[in-house]
Amino acid sequence: MSAFITLDGVSHAYGGLTTAPAVEGLSIAIEEGEFAAVVGPSGCGKSTLMKLATGLQFPFKGSVKVAGEMVTKPVKIAGMAFQAPTLLPWRTTLENLLLPLEIVEPHRSEMRRRRVEYAARAENLLTSVGLRGQGEKYPWELSGGMQQRTSLCRALIHEPKLLMLDEPFGALDAFTREELWCVIRDLHAARKITICLVTHDLREAVFLADRVFVMSARPGRVLVERKIDLPRPRDLDVTFTPEFQDIVQEMRSHIVRARQ
Amino acid sequence: MSSNLAVRLAPWLYTATLFIVWEAACRLFKIPTFFLPPPTAIANAFVEYWTPIYRHSLYTLSTTLIGFGMAVGFGLLLGLVVGWSRSIYAGLYPLMIGFNAIPKVAVVPILVLWFGIGFVPAVLTAFLISFFPIVVNVATGLATIEPELEDVLKALGASKLDIMRKVGIPRTLPYFFGSLKVAITLAFVGSVISESIASNYGIGNLMLQAQAQFQVPLIFAGLVALAVEGIVMYWLMAILEARMTGWAQRSGFAQA
Ligand SMILES: Nc1ncnc2c1ncn2[C@@H]1O[C@H](COP(=O)(O)OP(=O)(O)O)[C@@H](O)[C@H]1O
Ligand SMILES: [Mg+2]
Repeated sequence: MSAFITLDGVSHAYGGLTTAPAVEGLSIAIEEGEFAAVVGPSGCGKSTLMKLATGLQFPFKGSVKVAGEMVTKPVKIAGMAFQAPTLLPWRTTLENLLLPLEIVEPHRSEMRRRRVEYAARAENLLTSVGLRGQGEKYPWELSGGMQQRTSLCRALIHEPKLLMLDEPFGALDAFTREELWCVIRDLHAARKITICLVTHDLREAVFLADRVFVMSARPGRVLVERKIDLPRPRDLDVTFTPEFQDIVQEMRSHIVRARQ
Repeated sequence: MSSNLAVRLAPWLYTATLFIVWEAACRLFKIPTFFLPPPTAIANAFVEYWTPIYRHSLYTLSTTLIGFGMAVGFGLLLGLVVGWSRSIYAGLYPLMIGFNAIPKVAVVPILVLWFGIGFVPAVLTAFLISFFPIVVNVATGLATIEPELEDVLKALGASKLDIMRKVGIPRTLPYFFGSLKVAITLAFVGSVISESIASNYGIGNLMLQAQAQFQVPLIFAGLVALAVEGIVMYWLMAILEARMTGWAQRSGFAQA
């Protein structure tokens, strides 16, 4: 059995072969249902890794496989969320959630007939992230944390097999961030979904992930891969235990070396 | 609320003040009417020449609106095309800039050569002068879609047309409706230029005739009629904009 996401010796340069590559010789394998976290210095190619794995960019060297298939066009099984919530200001929260269903088949052609059902699904999803009854509000009537939750829901509404999160909590305050860690943790536990989280917060990576990958400075490749054995379900209290802090410390030293 | 009332009354107050100061200045400094007529003289001209002013205004309004309507259709279409593809954008942009830089006064003789004087060149000048801001605004709205949002949709398998329909066009609407306010005032400029060079009708022509007969208050009455038409049209466009794109106007920036 091969892994769910496999990048094998991948090199990519945005400006073509003559420019300095963003990632070089990057290999990574993420299992189905796994929660993987990618950390690394800023500009090392973490977002590039996400784009390669979802077929938004294509490497000049190496191969990318997702769910057993070579990636030659945007994969259609992924939900994505970024640091900016990127909600549409002319749509209500609920309508924003329905957007992916208006794009992805088979929902796209059944949108009219099953609209009530879809709206109920969106409503449930909102409830599961603590936004019950907020569906009629416009994004700009929500706080930053609420917008980010909505953005997460939008990434999940079409029940993707793969969730790609690129520094989704980067712009939030510490309390909201930790609340959302728990939201993501519960979503991962409840659905058998593969999650790939890019972050520069080591505590976030260690708290959430089954495995943490540390990337080198540009051109990025994976330097260290660390399994996190902390038992699940993990509570926020775990972040204060010595084991947890030892792992974070270890990660930090890897990063320091990666930056040199 | 009192501040609300102040805002509502402000335009009338400022306009009234302008006319009062103008009148006072004319009397105080004994400015001759043939140099700068006072507002009362202009008002008299309005009463005396009401019928021709009304008829010519209506004529100018019609050429302006037809030219403006063409500009809206064509500008919207060209804006979508230009915003659709980077290479079309790169290819057309310098051409449009160059075209926009040509003073439209210089184009009128050519239009007359092709279509004769009167209605057609006025409409076309209004059109030519007013489509540019619409194109630029529509294209800008499309060109500034957040790349992350584009990625979210592409990773769902969205086609370019999907992205255009779901995101591009709705987010362009505020730019589009905003540009209409600019375009309608430019359209007036265009039709009046053409009328004063090559027409027997319209406010531009009326003012030219008044000038030949040295009826200075009538010239100014023509100007005021134009200003009023311009304000009314601008105001209608602003209402349309607010209605269509209320979501884009949340800023409290200028509310003080
Ligand atoms: N669209 C792009 N065009 C050109 N260069 C890019 C583009 N996106 C990223 N890069 C470059 O590729 C490198 C990796 O970027 P990125 O993957 O965004 O890093 P990270 O997410 O780890 O901060 C950076 O040096 C960045 O300057
Ligand atoms: Mg990044």
